[in-house]
Amino acid sequence: MAGNGDKTVGQMGRDARLNAVLATILKRLGLGLATLFVVSAIIFSSISMLPGDFTEAVLGQSATTETVAAFRKELGLDKPAPLRYLDWVGSVLQGDLGTSFSGRNASGQDRSREVIDLVGPRLWNTLFLAGVTALIAVPLALFLGLTAALYRNSAYDRIVNAATLTTISTPEFFVAYILILFLTSLWPVFPSLANVDATTELGERLYRVALPALTLTLVIVAHMMRMTRAAIINLLASPYIEMARLKGASQSEIILKHALPNAWAPIATVIAFNLAYLVVGVVVVEVVFVYPGIGQLMVDAVTSRDIPVVQACALIFAATYILLNLTADIIGIITNPRLLHPR
Amino acid sequence: MSTETNGSGDILLEMRDIRIDGYSDERWHDIIKGVDLTLRRGEIMGLIGESGAGKSTLGKAAMGYTQPGCRLTSGSILFDGIDLVAASDEEKRKLWGTRIAYVAQSAAASFNPAHRLIEQTVEAANRRSIRSDADSRADAVDLFRSLQLPDPETIGSRYPHQVSGGQLQRIMTAMAMSPRPDLIIFDEPTTALDVTTQVEVLAAMRAIVEEFDTAAIYITHDLAVVAQMADFIKVLRYGEEVEQAPTRQMLSQPEEAYTKSLWSVRALQKPEIKGEDMVLTIDNIDAAYGTLKVLHDVSISIPRGRTVAVVGESGSGKSTTARVITGLLPPMSGSVTFNGETLPPKLKDRSKDQLRRIQMIYQMADTAMNPRHTVEEIIGRPLEFYLGLTGKEREARVIDLLNMIELDESFMDRLPSELSGGQKQRICIARALAAEPDLIICDEVTSALDQIVQEGILQLLLRLQREFNITYLFITHDIATVKAISDEIVVMFQGKVVEQGLKSEIISPPFPDYTQLLLSSVPEMDPDWLTDLLKSRDA
Amino acid sequence: MSDQPETYSAAAEVGAVRKRRSRLERIGLLLKSAPPSAWFGMIVVTFYILVAIFADVIAPYGEAEIHPEPFAPWSEEFIFGTDQIGRDVFTRIIYGARNTMGIALATTLLSFLIGGGLGLVAAINRSWLDQFISRAVDVLMAIPSLIFALMLLSIFGSTVTSLIMIIAVLDATRVFRLTRAVAVNVAVMDYVEAARLRGEGLGWVMRREILPNIMPPLVAEFGLRFCFVFLTIAALSFLGVGIQPPTADWGSMVRENASLIQFAQYDMTAAITPLLPAAAIALLTVAVNFIVDWFLHKTSGLRDEH
Repeated sequence: MAGNGDKTVGQMGRDARLNAVLATILKRLGLGLATLFVVSAIIFSSISMLPGDFTEAVLGQSATTETVAAFRKELGLDKPAPLRYLDWVGSVLQGDLGTSFSGRNASGQDRSREVIDLVGPRLWNTLFLAGVTALIAVPLALFLGLTAALYRNSAYDRIVNAATLTTISTPEFFVAYILILFLTSLWPVFPSLANVDATTELGERLYRVALPALTLTLVIVAHMMRMTRAAIINLLASPYIEMARLKGASQSEIILKHALPNAWAPIATVIAFNLAYLVVGVVVVEVVFVYPGIGQLMVDAVTSRDIPVVQACALIFAATYILLNLTADIIGIITNPRLLHPR
Repeated sequence: MSTETNGSGDILLEMRDIRIDGYSDERWHDIIKGVDLTLRRGEIMGLIGESGAGKSTLGKAAMGYTQPGCRLTSGSILFDGIDLVAASDEEKRKLWGTRIAYVAQSAAASFNPAHRLIEQTVEAANRRSIRSDADSRADAVDLFRSLQLPDPETIGSRYPHQVSGGQLQRIMTAMAMSPRPDLIIFDEPTTALDVTTQVEVLAAMRAIVEEFDTAAIYITHDLAVVAQMADFIKVLRYGEEVEQAPTRQMLSQPEEAYTKSLWSVRALQKPEIKGEDMVLTIDNIDAAYGTLKVLHDVSISIPRGRTVAVVGESGSGKSTTARVITGLLPPMSGSVTFNGETLPPKLKDRSKDQLRRIQMIYQMADTAMNPRHTVEEIIGRPLEFYLGLTGKEREARVIDLLNMIELDESFMDRLPSELSGGQKQRICIARALAAEPDLIICDEVTSALDQIVQEGILQLLLRLQREFNITYLFITHDIATVKAISDEIVVMFQGKVVEQGLKSEIISPPFPDYTQLLLSSVPEMDPDWLTDLLKSRDA
Repeated sequence: MSDQPETYSAAAEVGAVRKRRSRLERIGLLLKSAPPSAWFGMIVVTFYILVAIFADVIAPYGEAEIHPEPFAPWSEEFIFGTDQIGRDVFTRIIYGARNTMGIALATTLLSFLIGGGLGLVAAINRSWLDQFISRAVDVLMAIPSLIFALMLLSIFGSTVTSLIMIIAVLDATRVFRLTRAVAVNVAVMDYVEAARLRGEGLGWVMRREILPNIMPPLVAEFGLRFCFVFLTIAALSFLGVGIQPPTADWGSMVRENASLIQFAQYDMTAAITPLLPAAAIALLTVAVNFIVDWFLHKTSGLRDEH
């Protein structure tokens, strides 16, 4: 009887625990979805904010009334906005990002391409570059940040701090060009142009993205190391860390047993924040190295005011950003003892 | 200034000429200025002093530990023959948690939120393999039981946020006791607790320290608490020793003027006067923060020119009552009647004259004054705002008010940061007085102040009451202050008024249950108080 | 132990009385205590400001003046050579100081006006208005600001006005968050409650009670935001969607002359030319960061509790 009763109590405890965590995660997911919804609505409505004569800019001065009308109909500008939004979201969800503005002309001839065909391969390239950078930068930055926090105010800490402060004050393109100056012009170690295509072998691909990845790594490591250091120092100032010290715990015990279990949430936040920053930094670096990624595509589209492409790129960047922050928050939730073990 | 203790046991801890500096405002300040300390095995020393006296710093130094931002500049610390000043970190770590243990003020912040309580309790003993893990766990359960924790068998499997503050503090005592240390440092262990909880924790701690004959340093600012715990008492002030004596002797014949002044507020006595003319009545107030209802059917009447004290523990609703009276928190139902007219429930609906007649003085004078305004601006603003005084007139009135609170015009252009704690509170009183109010609400106005300053402030308030016939609503948890200055007392518990009446009626029997519990839980300056109380409660 | 005086006098209590000094004396003392890094920062910033103000006097040629020889090497005539269409690089760096810094300053001021004002109102008001602005800011911050700026620029076009407006609005979100956070901390202080109980209006509470107490963090933030805005504008100009030619600007100068870097083995000075404006950007942001670091250290005091 007693054993039976215990089991039920344990079962109930686990259920309550699951429920609390699940409820919080669901709430956070809902918030993320709502944000994505509002953001997509903002991105979508950007096309309605275009000045009325934009068709001329796209189709050319000599466009006939019929061509303009046909173009407006294709964009759905004759339909009410909410309906257009639903259409747009529906097709985006099916992978249809619309048709590019470029390649059209006044005569009504249409050599424009599907946005998805433009974005697809380039998205893969950007993810490759970001992935390579993250693999190097995240462990390096965590290590530097952790050691700087542990040896606070030492010469090592001060040097790392000064170096990172200088790096974060420097525009990404400056870092990039200095690397180009030394590693391609003076000592040609790496290529200065990172031109890759679908047929490039992995080894060759890695060789060509070396400089862009190195540039991004330098910038990200600087940011991330400073944030990691601040988070760890903040954690080590908790009264329970002093208590552990006064209970005779050694430095390694304090870090591994007392600080680390409480550090997942802040560390996840730091990583997510910096990966999100990576997403932005990639734009400038891709332009410098003429790397065929989505960032360069977006800049080109902004210059030629190719709105469907800009929208698609903005949506992809925003979704990545929201997803990364969501992941960090969920890691924070599932490692929070207060939620794992409710009263 | 000899160490008059029983002298029989051998010396466990000996500290000589300890000097410690702390770093702030970009320079080093001396916090401890040459203090000696001797403790024998099994003895309990009470270390008392006001905030900033350096007692906590000295307590940690007894372990050979200095906080980040502090440094030991001279002195020797011998613990059982081991030189803690010369000892390496590794050698000190072997002592910490096993032979010397520490019990912190805030148990909630000092337990690691990620580990179960039992793991943290046995951690130190297991690290040095004092006994097997299973034995340590069984021992911890025994300790939980002797500390009178509920469900001693299972409470250890909970996480820190799952148990109450009083329970956490007792578990921390168990954690300190688990490796059977020779010395425990208790650093204000009951300060964050309510009085009724404090009694239970004190009793449990005293019993367990006696059971294992452990030496202890008990740090507190509360002389009545330390009287229950300590064999002898050392008084610190500004980082120096004032005097040291066995507990009974210290209480009956303190030698130094400063030590005597620690008793002074208890000497203040005001005869109660019954009042008939009610300046303020609140009737059947219900109030809530959002959906959380905090006041239930509260009715209080305040007679003109008298002092009504509202007492209760944290969460009893006494501060909320003040917020309802001032209009900061409009009640759900009920009314506030002031000088015969019903006050609008919301602050912004009240007239300037209504606002002027009710003034407020806060607990923390530091945060009650804008740090960027001078004393003249602080006192002058209500004169200008309510009474339209400007220029020379205003200046003359500010000087008047400064004289009334026993300060002079040299204070006019000082900023709050250039005033002492007592002076700050006086400026706040002058600011309230400037509005020429009928009623002043005093929210714990003396509890952040040193004892001798407290007495000065209370005497000032009483004098002003006699001169201007001001009414006070005095919110406090300090029963001694209440006994000293009130005419009437209101006892509150969980958002309800338990009792209201003249002081003499409330503090003499027969008591309702809660008043009895509250009054009996307030520690008295008598070494036998706790023992007697426990006996009477058992009976 | 000496006897304490038995009589108690409130006026005799020790308070930490500060010596009164004039504002000028205080600034002098402050400067004396500045570390070398802060000195370096202040000298650099002063130099930049002087260059920006006296650009017309210092620059040897006109901002958009075109000389016959493009990509001319460094010489007495053209100190840093000429760019791809024959404009004097030295002249354009000097005018670039005025343009880039001027636009960044205008943008930062505007973003503080918007973000700071709304943040203060939200902190005091704490009602639906606060909720509404805070949620809107959350959404705006859910998109990386460079991406948002790119999208808006593609719609409104790359004019100086739209550049300033777009970046100011996007940056105002961060100013709003900070202002609201520090103002909320001040707004819960008893002295603000005391002012409200006295019956003071919103204007007094904002201006006299809260604003003086949140100035130090806001001033520091102004320096940091200026750096951020400055870098964002430089990045956008570098990408070709920011400040447009013929206006001289450091970001676009880097892009226009970038191809020179590959000649490093033949002519080092030519290779350095595109790096000069980039270095000018980096030097200014480092300098401002040094000053802000010192200022933060001064005002927060980094007090250790004991």
